[in-house]
Amino acid sequence: MLDFIQNFPLFCIIMTLFSGVLCSVLSARAARNCCLMVVSADGVLNAAVLVYTIRMGDSFTYMMGHFPAPWGNEIRVGVLEAMLAMVFSIVMLLSLLGGMKHIFEDVESTKVNLYFLMMNLLFVSMLCLIYTNDLFTGYVFVEINTIAACAIVMARKGNQTLVATMRYLCLSLLGSGMFLMGICILYDITGHLLMVSLHGAIEQLASSGQYAQPLEVVIVLFCVGLATKSALFPFHSWLPDAHGSSTSASSAILSGLVLKGYIILLIKIVYRVLGIDVFNSSKAINVLFFFGCCAMIVGSLHAMTEKDLKRMIAYSSVAQIGYIYMAIGLGSTTGMIAAVFQILAHAFTKPMLFDAAGGFMEVSGGSRKFSRLRGAGRRNGLAGIAFVVGALSMIGIPMFAGFITKYYLAAAAIQSGTKKLIIGLMVLAVSTLLNAMYYVPAIMVLFSRAGGNAQEGDKFTLICDKKNVSFVIAMAVFIAANLYLGCCSGTVIRLIQSGLNMLA
Amino acid sequence: MSNSQSKFTRWLNGEYLCGMDNPDNYGYQPVRKDTEIARHHEKSFTERMRDWIDNREEGAFDRARSFISFIFALFIIFAMLLTVSYLPSFGDPDNPVNNEVSRRYIEKGLEETGGVNIVGGMILDYRAFDTLGESHVLFIAVSAVLILLRNDRKKKGKSLDDKIYEPHVDPILRKVAKLQIPCVLMFGIYIIMNGHISPGGGFSGGTVMGAALILYYNAFGSEAMNRFFTYRTFRRVTVCALGFYAFAKCYAFFTGANGLETHIPLGKPGAILSSGLILPLNIAVGLIVCCTMFGFYSLFIREEI
Repeated sequence: MLDFIQNFPLFCIIMTLFSGVLCSVLSARAARNCCLMVVSADGVLNAAVLVYTIRMGDSFTYMMGHFPAPWGNEIRVGVLEAMLAMVFSIVMLLSLLGGMKHIFEDVESTKVNLYFLMMNLLFVSMLCLIYTNDLFTGYVFVEINTIAACAIVMARKGNQTLVATMRYLCLSLLGSGMFLMGICILYDITGHLLMVSLHGAIEQLASSGQYAQPLEVVIVLFCVGLATKSALFPFHSWLPDAHGSSTSASSAILSGLVLKGYIILLIKIVYRVLGIDVFNSSKAINVLFFFGCCAMIVGSLHAMTEKDLKRMIAYSSVAQIGYIYMAIGLGSTTGMIAAVFQILAHAFTKPMLFDAAGGFMEVSGGSRKFSRLRGAGRRNGLAGIAFVVGALSMIGIPMFAGFITKYYLAAAAIQSGTKKLIIGLMVLAVSTLLNAMYYVPAIMVLFSRAGGNAQEGDKFTLICDKKNVSFVIAMAVFIAANLYLGCCSGTVIRLIQSGLNMLA
Repeated sequence: MSNSQSKFTRWLNGEYLCGMDNPDNYGYQPVRKDTEIARHHEKSFTERMRDWIDNREEGAFDRARSFISFIFALFIIFAMLLTVSYLPSFGDPDNPVNNEVSRRYIEKGLEETGGVNIVGGMILDYRAFDTLGESHVLFIAVSAVLILLRNDRKKKGKSLDDKIYEPHVDPILRKVAKLQIPCVLMFGIYIIMNGHISPGGGFSGGTVMGAALILYYNAFGSEAMNRFFTYRTFRRVTVCALGFYAFAKCYAFFTGANGLETHIPLGKPGAILSSGLILPLNIAVGLIVCCTMFGFYSLFIREEI
């Protein structure tokens, strides 16, 4: 007999799925309330599951139906999964709250309920990507994720978003296609889709040397497919348009969560399907390391030349995704811890930056150009403070979340071989410098006085009135979470460590 | 700004971000002057084409890029074909695919799911969670098209001039459609209802029914269509079907995982009322697919359901 708490992941999935469908017949406001309520309920349920798995000290699988695993579907929840699901619900809730005002302005009024429908289904797909224990289930929810992510980009009125969506859709579908092809080949050479059985079959193949070439191709297809979808360096061209032109809540969720969902799937594949040894001995790991390093540099260089605030933040995402792939490419446990921590740190930082950018645009006549944003940090003080916190975290100043990532990344680089040590540390140093080189002037612009003609907006005002209460809550919690991750990272690191142990 | 400031100070002040000279003048500026635009319109189409080709700054670069992409695509094709040659040959009984997983589906499928159609049993009973996701893919796709194309003319105050979207009145088509549509609909319903005892099921049957609706729309126009199928019907049917699907499967997953009895009889294999939840689920999937098919067509034709 199961403990009742083990049913919670199922309840989360069904509840979110159904509320998404229900949003299509609700009014805009009802859909908003429904979405917010469901996401917070998911957070609470997953917190309970997290406590349960920590107490139990082990992961559990949950049979979806009456048939055991290789025949039926199942999901699997351990400390890592529960923690990620909880963090995703919190970030989702906060990003929506922070950008709520702009959703109602940017999306056509008759389509707001459809926007929340997409949000709900996007969220359920990310939950399933986290929980899944079966590659094909993963693919099904990758599909939902792709369509929903494109839909929340194009939900904003205007032509710019349509072009951005088109590019995003093409590259994202290319990524899904490669992932699907990888699954097909893998199924052909092993006859399994369940992660546990696949792991056993692949170990056998690796030791006997049979089907070595297709296996290598599968690893490449998985890596390239998921890297395309999570905007690793050579495949990042869709990201600045899609994240820069959509409404602020969409940008926040796309960069904070959607990119990470695929990386989590990749980490699960590395640990639970390929096995860490097979993955480390394949050449794909060096390729990921190399492109991760490139992304860190190129993303920052692009960001430096941007004159558009949201596109600058979007290019910064390219660099930050590079950190994650570089950490995975180091191929050690410390590296993986750094990768997962970076996922959390970036999930709490980037949505804050995007929501703050929405706040700046609101007090600057809707413009995203730096020339119009001069002094916006004074006019909307809270967004200004949030932006400073986010920027410092991205640069990697101690006490903020980004520093811990860099610390563990450096530690992992030192543990690895000489070549990766030198490249890794150098790229890390250069990228930190580059981050500072575009975030510091941005802060300066946002906080300097708006030109010679004294405007009333020059006074520093924290916007904390009743109209902006959701924005205030979101920003406050984001700042607090960032400081928590930066100052008390020990607990989180321990949780990640035990989660990764359970995954292997 | 005075030039006495060092470059560093100017960088720190964010001048490079705002454009070098006058930060207040930055913004959208039309590239062409009015006279130039006027001249542009006087030119013939071929002239404009030639201008466009000449003015393309990166012409050579573009050509080189498309050539490199071509080579790269050839390389990928070659690599994938090479991979296929390493895969196990098709139809070999010793293939890894023929393992205990597929054996149980084939040997025990009928007994465990009650469905003669093993494929139906697999997608709606063994691996029902995947299919639950898959039916939501359809729903989310049509919702995304709704966001993209749905045109709220009523709200914008424009007249409902639908005439250009209306199909022609064609007596031959109408007569044929009148005869054909009942048969097509019946066939669709047959495929759905027999999904568990013969090849077919919700996805294929729903497509057939959707085709009947599209034919009806083309023959009789939107006014006749709106008598029984409006946006409201569409939303209600899909929500009810997906809701039923989600809750039926939630019940099955919950009882299955907790080791409880479902109390849903499997019935006698081969009878219409058999195989537990598969038949109602097939009906739900069929309704969703039917509505989605017609929804896509209708949205692309006249931006409305």
